[in-house]
Amino acid sequence: MSMIIAPANYLLFGFFPTVIFSFLLPVIGVGLFTYIMARRIAPLVRANPDYRLNNIPERIKNLIVVWLGQIRQPRYMQAGVLHIIIFAGFLILSIRSTSLVIEGLFDGFVFPGLDGGLGTVYNVLKDYAATAVLVACIIAAWRRGIKKPARYVVPEKYGHDHTAEAVFVLGIISTLMISESLFEASAAAYNYQAGGEAHFPALFSLAWIFSKTLQSAPLETLQGLHILMYYVHDLTFFFFLCFLPLGKHFHVITSIFNVFFMRVETGNIKPVKYGVSDEELDNLESFGVKHLEDFTWKHMLDFYSCADCGRCSDQCPANAAGRPLSPRFITIKARDLIFKNYPIKSGVIYKSGKLLVEDIYTEDEIWSCTTCGACEQECPLGIEYIDKMVDLRRGMVDEGMVPQSLQKPLKALEKRGNPYGKMEKKRADWAKEKDFAQTHTVKDLGKDTADTLYFVDSITSYDDNIQEIARRTSIILEKAGVDFGVLGKGEKDSGNEVIRFGEEMLYQELKARNTEAILESGVKQIVTADPHALNALKKDYTGLPPVKHISEVVAEKIESGALSMKPCKDRGNVYAYHDPCYLGRHNSIYESPRQALDAIAGLTRVELEKSRDRSFCCGGGGLMLFYEPEEETRMGVLRVNMAAEAGVNVIVTACPFCLVNIQDAIKVAGKEGEMEAVDFTELIEEHLA
Amino acid sequence: MEILVCVKRVPDTAENEFELNSEGNDLDRDDLVYSVNEWDNYAVEEAIQIVDNLGGSITVVTVGDDEAEEVLRREMAMGANNGVLLCDDAFEGSDGKGIAAILKAEVEKGKYDLILTGAQADEGAGQVGGMLAAMLDYPYASLVNKIEPGDGKIKVGREIEGGNQEMNEIELPCVLSIQTGINEPRYVGIRGIRKVASVEIPVKGAGDLGVDAGSLGEAGAKTKRVDYFVPDLGDGAEMLEGSTDEIIEKLIEKLKAKGGL
Repeated sequence: MSMIIAPANYLLFGFFPTVIFSFLLPVIGVGLFTYIMARRIAPLVRANPDYRLNNIPERIKNLIVVWLGQIRQPRYMQAGVLHIIIFAGFLILSIRSTSLVIEGLFDGFVFPGLDGGLGTVYNVLKDYAATAVLVACIIAAWRRGIKKPARYVVPEKYGHDHTAEAVFVLGIISTLMISESLFEASAAAYNYQAGGEAHFPALFSLAWIFSKTLQSAPLETLQGLHILMYYVHDLTFFFFLCFLPLGKHFHVITSIFNVFFMRVETGNIKPVKYGVSDEELDNLESFGVKHLEDFTWKHMLDFYSCADCGRCSDQCPANAAGRPLSPRFITIKARDLIFKNYPIKSGVIYKSGKLLVEDIYTEDEIWSCTTCGACEQECPLGIEYIDKMVDLRRGMVDEGMVPQSLQKPLKALEKRGNPYGKMEKKRADWAKEKDFAQTHTVKDLGKDTADTLYFVDSITSYDDNIQEIARRTSIILEKAGVDFGVLGKGEKDSGNEVIRFGEEMLYQELKARNTEAILESGVKQIVTADPHALNALKKDYTGLPPVKHISEVVAEKIESGALSMKPCKDRGNVYAYHDPCYLGRHNSIYESPRQALDAIAGLTRVELEKSRDRSFCCGGGGLMLFYEPEEETRMGVLRVNMAAEAGVNVIVTACPFCLVNIQDAIKVAGKEGEMEAVDFTELIEEHLA
Repeated sequence: MEILVCVKRVPDTAENEFELNSEGNDLDRDDLVYSVNEWDNYAVEEAIQIVDNLGGSITVVTVGDDEAEEVLRREMAMGANNGVLLCDDAFEGSDGKGIAAILKAEVEKGKYDLILTGAQADEGAGQVGGMLAAMLDYPYASLVNKIEPGDGKIKVGREIEGGNQEMNEIELPCVLSIQTGINEPRYVGIRGIRKVASVEIPVKGAGDLGVDAGSLGEAGAKTKRVDYFVPDLGDGAEMLEGSTDEIIEKLIEKLKAKGGL
């Protein structure tokens, strides 16, 4: 008795060669897919430039770790593990699916190299892969359809629910797994009956279960099933291919590119326009992103790549505080607009006359972002938000659309170099405080010279409460034997938030004046206690001496023995270190402050659940202190509550803005007396031996 | 609609610490930063919105020295089409009436349907708008917080004590003094100012305007500032001194002592 007839040789109804389907399906499928992709690429071609070929080794590392290794997936354990199974299954089964398409044309086709022992191993692997993917799909469908985790919910204002699409795709994937397994199983059962050939799929795999079930089925049934399942698989495969670019499953195709081109530096801001130097900015007709095509091609690729998993918004402090911002929908709304303006059905390109902030976004939505970076840290696909926010803000600033609450500090920055409108000559007045001035003098590098510049920045220079940070920092530096001075009236605001709020030209001016003053002072290194200043000087400015945060200096000096710490004064306190966004996520300084605190013997320190790269922004710094957001609760209050739940009564932070926000939040939360916030410098200085 | 907006350069109240000079007749003006008078910004914004809807052009004018050009550029960066600087040594020290007379001469050089001023200036007495209207024999509405442009006439509103709103019809051409809050003035960044940095701003003196220099300036002023001082503390008034924390502490103590807390 002969073996089962393969799709390549089968005659339907005894006369119609099914090989015709095997030929037509791929031709139509690939043709349609090519057309759809051409339409999807159309906006990318019209988009702004983006230079993404720097630092190739880091990009390859990301490809291996973030894309292939799926390193960010287990940050959400259940969904992450399911995704890893489906992703790995897809990688394994992509070979099988391709080979199946060719097998439909040429019976017995096997990829070179997969005909020997390796092929046997691969066949076992792919049988288990298909099984695992099916199981993962069923669990995933249960999660989406029945368990419904909160982060998948689509609030009414953002449009319709996405569950149907998600479950539909899980159905498609399951169909692929089942049809492939049945195709395999029917042949195994047939050939077993026909020739006694006992070549069964991998033990306990889906195909194995099917083949055992079908073992005694009539031969015609098996032959029919074999052919039917082949074409079900073929059709589903090409349908899926063409369906991918139509929605959130586009990431199956784009993710490899998106991860390769993802952000490789942290803390920096993209230039106004790639290829245009700071000096040429005046020649630009328009600034920032006002219309869809003003986004860079990479940012558009981000929109395509979003898998709608909601992790960004789940981590977003603005979203948690009830501000009108959910990063996930920044992406989804832009993607919907691309789909609308570049329809697949016709070759037309529509252009909206309205600005994006009048059309799909609102001004408050874009101003709500504190640029904390939690969303970018989380995204398994490397989607960016900070640069988009900044670009949209650049567009709004260019159009004069700036809230009144921000106009005043911006004007003060322009006139006085600080957002408070205080006199330049009073910038170093913090050093004149009576008790401090009696025993300490701080060099003015306008007149004097020193090795190290202490860059104070505006809030620490002018805010009555925060000036204490400047004095403590000075005492620590003095004790550590650092020869330092300040720029005094020569120092301007670092502009970390000025650039991030889209006022590029003002930032350029601040940068130019600070750079000149710093270089003129002849210092060899810079220290600051303000992470926002640290970030600006390190990541936005160029050509400066090395910059360190005071916590790094303290940790080093403790290590070298230049500083030593007394035992903890308040043994009853439970301390928690709150990672400031611009120290942690943007500058990867997590250990130094912790090491320094742990050098204080007997200090009880606990970790908050949201710490290190998952730290929760306390409300933002710089100009964000002036912005009056629409919100249900303050971010700081949420943060204080997290600390309270962890049994903490002293929150230690290492950023003046965190200190302001958390101190205010303690009052708002009604926890005055139970809890306090202190700056790192204060705690360290008090414990200097 | 052709709109003229009269603006003024004033020391910025938000970004200065005001102290008297040693002679005690004026502010100590070293270290002061200047900007456009806040009310005038609202007037220019309102003019831009009217022109956006109805077409036309906006001219901003100021009476001042060379440095006053900066405020004209800022308003042009905001969206005004033209600027005119009225500058002459003879204008220096003019009182409100003198300023109004200079502006009147400029208004008559053009053909304006609408003349806007700020309701008052940070340093001023809120008198120029009314005097200008009187000199031009134009109708005048003050403290305007709403404008509804129409044909030949416009409707203007002002807020009445108690939060009521009054609407009036007024014939064109007219003079309106604009109250803050009528709109939300747009932001002007450095980039906007640089874009208009090279636009020529005509400077006109007494001769160009055909005004009698003798009736203007310090010599022609009928009102003169004779003194400038910080008032003595009256009975029951007390300035709390110290850092913010200390002031708050003292205030709480006082409130407690008087039974207020």
